[in-house]
Amino acid sequence: MAQSNRLPSGGRIDRAKPLAFTFNGKSVDGFAGDTVASALLANGIRLVGRSFKYHRPRGILTHGSDEPNALLKVDRGPGRADPNNRATVIEAVGGLKLSSQNHWPSLEHDIGAVNDRLSPVLVAGFYYKTFMWPRSFWDKLYEPKIRAAAGLGVAPDVPDADRYVHRNAHCDVLVVGAGPAGLAAALAASENGRRVILADEQAEMGGSLLAERTATIDGVSAAQWVAHALTTLAGRANVTLLPRTTAFGYYNHNHVVLTERVTDHLERPDPKLPRERLWQVRPAEVVIATGAHERPLSFADNDRPGIMLAESVRTYINRYGVAPGRRIVFATNGASAYAAAADAKAAGLDVTIVDTRPESAIGPEKALAAGIEILAGHTVVGSTGGKGLTGLIVAPFTAGKGVGARRTLPCDCAGISGGWTPSVHLFSQSRGKLIFRADIDAFVPGISVQKERSAGACKGTYGLSAILAEGWAAGSGAAGADGSRLFAAAPATPTGFAPARVLPTDDDPKKVRAFLDFQNDVTAKDIRLAVREGFESVEHVKRYTTNGMASDQGKTSNMAALGLLSEILEKPIPQVGTTTFRPPYTPVTFGAIIGSARGQLFDPIRTAPLHEWAVEHGAKFENVSLWRRAWYFPKAGEDMHAAVARECKAVRESVGIFDASTLGKIEVKGPDAAEFLNRIYPNAWLKLEPGKCRYGLMLKEDGFIFDDGVVARLAPDLFHVTTTTGGAPRVLAHMEDYLQTEWPDLNVFATSTTEEWAVIALQGPKARDVLQPFVTGIDLAGEAFPHMAVRVGEICGVPTRLMRVSFTGEMGFEINVPADHARAVWEALYDYGQRFGITPYGTEAMHVLRAERGFIIVGQETDGTVTPEDLGLGGMVSKVKRDFVGKRSLARPDMALADRKQLVGLASLDGRTVLDEGAQIVADPAQAVPMTMLGHVTSSYLSPSLGHPIALALVAGGRTRMGETLHVTTPAGFTTVKVTAPVFVDPEGKRVNGVQTEGALHA
Amino acid sequence: MRRFSISSLLTEALNGHQGWERQWRNPTPKAAYDAIIIGGGGHGLGAAYYLAKEHGLTNIAVLEKGWIGGGNAGRNTTIIRSNYLYDESAALFEHAVKLWEGLSQELNYNVMFSQRGVLMLAHNVHDVQSFKRHVYSNRLNGIDNEWMTPEEAKDFCPPLNISPDIRYPVMGAALQRRGGTARHDAVVWGYARGADALGVDIIQNCEVIAITRGPDGAVTGVETSRGSIKTKKIGVSVAGHTSMVMGMAGVRMPLESFPLQALVSEPVKPCFPCVLMSNAVHAYISQSDKGELVIGAGTDQYVSYSQQGGLHITTHTLDAICELFPQFTRMKMLRSWGGIVDVTPDRSPIVGKTPVKGLYVNCGWGTGGFKATPGSAHVFAHTIARDEPHPINAPFTLDRFRTGRLIDEAAAAAVAH
Ligand SMILES: Cc1cc2nc3c(=O)[nH]c(=O)nc-3n(C[C@H](O)[C@H](O)[C@H](O)COP(=O)(O)OP(=O)(O)OC[C@H]3O[C@@H](n4cnc5c(N)ncnc54)[C@H](O)[C@@H]3O)c2cc1C
Repeated sequence: MAQSNRLPSGGRIDRAKPLAFTFNGKSVDGFAGDTVASALLANGIRLVGRSFKYHRPRGILTHGSDEPNALLKVDRGPGRADPNNRATVIEAVGGLKLSSQNHWPSLEHDIGAVNDRLSPVLVAGFYYKTFMWPRSFWDKLYEPKIRAAAGLGVAPDVPDADRYVHRNAHCDVLVVGAGPAGLAAALAASENGRRVILADEQAEMGGSLLAERTATIDGVSAAQWVAHALTTLAGRANVTLLPRTTAFGYYNHNHVVLTERVTDHLERPDPKLPRERLWQVRPAEVVIATGAHERPLSFADNDRPGIMLAESVRTYINRYGVAPGRRIVFATNGASAYAAAADAKAAGLDVTIVDTRPESAIGPEKALAAGIEILAGHTVVGSTGGKGLTGLIVAPFTAGKGVGARRTLPCDCAGISGGWTPSVHLFSQSRGKLIFRADIDAFVPGISVQKERSAGACKGTYGLSAILAEGWAAGSGAAGADGSRLFAAAPATPTGFAPARVLPTDDDPKKVRAFLDFQNDVTAKDIRLAVREGFESVEHVKRYTTNGMASDQGKTSNMAALGLLSEILEKPIPQVGTTTFRPPYTPVTFGAIIGSARGQLFDPIRTAPLHEWAVEHGAKFENVSLWRRAWYFPKAGEDMHAAVARECKAVRESVGIFDASTLGKIEVKGPDAAEFLNRIYPNAWLKLEPGKCRYGLMLKEDGFIFDDGVVARLAPDLFHVTTTTGGAPRVLAHMEDYLQTEWPDLNVFATSTTEEWAVIALQGPKARDVLQPFVTGIDLAGEAFPHMAVRVGEICGVPTRLMRVSFTGEMGFEINVPADHARAVWEALYDYGQRFGITPYGTEAMHVLRAERGFIIVGQETDGTVTPEDLGLGGMVSKVKRDFVGKRSLARPDMALADRKQLVGLASLDGRTVLDEGAQIVADPAQAVPMTMLGHVTSSYLSPSLGHPIALALVAGGRTRMGETLHVTTPAGFTTVKVTAPVFVDPEGKRVNGVQTEGALHA
Repeated sequence: MRRFSISSLLTEALNGHQGWERQWRNPTPKAAYDAIIIGGGGHGLGAAYYLAKEHGLTNIAVLEKGWIGGGNAGRNTTIIRSNYLYDESAALFEHAVKLWEGLSQELNYNVMFSQRGVLMLAHNVHDVQSFKRHVYSNRLNGIDNEWMTPEEAKDFCPPLNISPDIRYPVMGAALQRRGGTARHDAVVWGYARGADALGVDIIQNCEVIAITRGPDGAVTGVETSRGSIKTKKIGVSVAGHTSMVMGMAGVRMPLESFPLQALVSEPVKPCFPCVLMSNAVHAYISQSDKGELVIGAGTDQYVSYSQQGGLHITTHTLDAICELFPQFTRMKMLRSWGGIVDVTPDRSPIVGKTPVKGLYVNCGWGTGGFKATPGSAHVFAHTIARDEPHPINAPFTLDRFRTGRLIDEAAAAAVAH
């Protein structure tokens, strides 16, 4: 397409570098340095989208991140397409595929536009008042229709082809915004070697100075001044310049988060580069220099394509060499639009100014408009045109006398200016208090809470010399220097405006649709309706009308609504309030926020030192908290069930070998170590002799079981504590919590040693035989090394803490060896063990074996509501200790009730049904719903040792129900069980001592 | 009260919508009321509505320190379900869901209760056991909840990634089809409008700063930023600020308050058909009627009254969302915010009488009280009017922390919302 609206010269685009992209399939030409918006305008394209609710044709309103209308889908290739991008910030890149959104069948002919006809019905909040009858139609009909109509673009449905990364940075001064204030601040702050980061959301730094035609600073043109400032900054090693980088969130502790767009502007990016980089910056001081946003004017049909902000008209002309129209009417209530009009005129365009202020109120800006027709004291009452502006309807207006005769000013572009709103978002996010300045009709930063300061237009300072001086002072102050500098900028910046809410009109105000929030289609009428219905708080108005809740976050609409609200309520603006600004300043991709945290890096997988061995031996794995553990070791042709049965059998009959390294290990050391454990656990520890182990249940303050494990006393002041695999971090935190806050007087250190020690469990009647040849310095004989003993010695020449413990019911050893030697020791045992048929087993067999023996697993038999007594382990709770964690709670009346759920075994009466873990238990399956439930199945397996199913369950008053018949839910109904003791194999516990109880075991 | 209907809407459309009335008045506080509710969230306004509607107490007021719905009622991710494990909780939340099912009609206000189904993912063996326990328990309590294979879950929620090679593969899911979402603001406004029409005074910008008590210890009134008001009955329904308000009457509460965060994406066309929760990876997601993906994050680790939580919390949630839905990394976060949630030791609410005569409390809903709004409000009104709990809230006493009769839903399943 021809660049019919490209001016013959001027602009910061590189005319030597043409490029082309497509918009809705049609080719659009532009130059390097264009945004998509400027290129579209250069090609004479004004219609770029449809609004959210009424599907009104919309054009480009702004030239920056405040754009509400021009939202496009960008397609950069497979896995690189996404919706809702603002044309005003997408840099034009050759080959981009862009398309408009929210219309069917096409942008030009959109059926959805009937909504515009229905607009008298589809007012703010209409959906709260209807779609209620008949009741069932909401889910089935109304809501799906509303949903289909809502939403702007289409979400991607394939995984992202790009990468995102995170970067942490510290600096002395972070300057946000590289307009005149930010540049001056960065120059000042970096003068004396302070580390400075300067970030700006735009591709090019310079801010508003990039759109100046005539301004000079200290005698050089604005453009030259910017170039010089940037050269100076780039030459300082202590300065980091981050263009294309938006500071989107200001969090507690001066934590400012930026997102840098790294590759979107490149036609063929280096595949090594990430798409975006998230910067987490912890600056000592922040200078906020984020400028101000121009306000639109509100009048009937102020949303036609071709109507844009006056400053945007100026920017397109000066910065991009584009004429947004050939005949431009500037409608304004203030001075700044005069500079835009002058620049448009200088570009050879046909220009008229309509000023709502009376002739007498127009200030020195008038001089800028030499040769331009000014209609002072005029209001705008409407516009003409369909999918593009053809004229602005204006009429004289005198306060008190009303609106005079209308006339239409033909034009293809209107530059509207309703004054300025400082961009106080980051300041507000930092929890700073805003104050209202009536003289500029705006909120500005008031009381700071964090270490930041604002400078320039975001602080309500609009004159260029003053902005520069303020920026310099802020930068210098932030660097601790408190220097000042004067700048000579010319000509004087035209400032000042007479706030106008909705422009006066001769139309029936009930009919006028003057848009405030362009994207969400909120009109002044909607605000009035909300107030009429009692929504007076600004937050209520926002929520009821959705004003300011669109993807532009209300940058062009919040102030308009607030002003109007104050007018309707006849309350000054500060009493009406302002909404709190929350992150992000502009929408941020999920990708940038998550960075590389995908797949394996989402949550790092922890593996034990023997993991590779298990992989090599064909193990199947399961996730256990962060760990990946060997679940079972299937042989060729075996399913899980067969493998587990074989593994269990090996342990019961000969010997199994198991990697228990994931168990948490905490070394508790110090003169008060025994006293500490005595308080942390409910059982007694003071008299445990070195060389012995004891099983401990750990309770929380509420008296319920929280973790368990075996504790070995190695020396009077040294304990080796083990925890569950998932509980290790919790237990250490729990210990530290008590050590640091409750008992700081105890001289004890708790250190995690989980990763230091690998644990190899050898379990089964032949365990000692396998172990014997490798151990030195420890007598393994039964009497010398009884069950629940611990010894320190060597195995295969490396140190070991050897425990004689069993979680299977068989004679067992847990061999702690330094992690680095684990594989060598394991392989030695495994090779030697072949003669006994040594069998590696996984977590599933471990679960079955322990359930056969009636050992609990915390988190399976317990759920945070279970006491030791409930498990039949009440004997472990000391009656004599003065105190321990949970003691007081165990004394609560409810803890002694007879109907508490107690651990029992369940036997399926049919001898076949393996109960579902989690199944519920009732006495009478025929009772009416809701049924009285007695408890639930906690563990259930087909026992390979017994040849029939076994289950553990928590059942109300369970221990008094031995032999009772109960009913357990199944997916289809119920099955019948008998209550048994919760131990199925070797109830006397003889096997750990090597006594064979074959009789109890079936094959 | 002017009824809302398609015909009143069309009539008004012809009339430029000039005829709509205020949805609630803006009264000045009276010197005395028969009862006062502190807190203009969904629970407080709902309680006022039911007090007036079902118990004939119309000379009552709701005192709200800011604007109604400005607390958690207007900040939550609106997940509604009743598939709780314990009988007591199941009864309470199911009571609420039944009321939700007729709430738009009851209030003549479309609260957009959308029963799109709540799908809860299991990612490990423990989740599977726990969810089956829930499914079975719900079945016997007459509450719908079904167990699904990963494939069935994907059929119900096509965007779901059930590939076995993600970090925590989906091993199954529990689905409550009657669960869903509702429009939070509409609930607040609907109750306010309904209560107002029955004569209740809704007083905004009225912060309670003291609770006064007589010589016998019973409450006699409140001091507020708009003057003192006498009353013999006070219902405290202030969510995150309960400890502070109850402290005014000298009652110490077993509560901790944390910031809880949520965020929404930019609006997109329908791409997510249900509510999905994954407790194991900490992610909650649904799509609003407006098209935004609504995503719930976790609580900060430390107690605080700051409504701004740390970015790392949101980050962790988005990590999980993108792990389950890798197609969403190019979506953009549009808004994020936090609210203060009041958490009890057993993660179940406290709704009932207090040691102070005339003082009633409804709190401890933590991260999951929006779903309970109508049910909680209904039984709280009963408790205030009759000076005794409704059978449904009778177990949810303050006293249970002394006796130990806890209702520990969180311990049972580590379930949040
Ligand atoms: C981010 C987030 C997500 C959540 N997601 C869900 C979800 O998906 N599903 C779910 O079921 N629940 C969810 N919740 C929880 C739910 O929002 C709350 O449990 C519920 O809203 C609390 O009840 P409420 O609506 O009455 O509270 P609120 O709306 O907080 O009402 C309390 C009111 O008391 C007022 N108040 C406080 N102090 C005073 C005083 N001194 N004087 C006068 N007034 C006072 C406050 O201003 C406030 O308006 C979420 C919460 C948060 C923060």
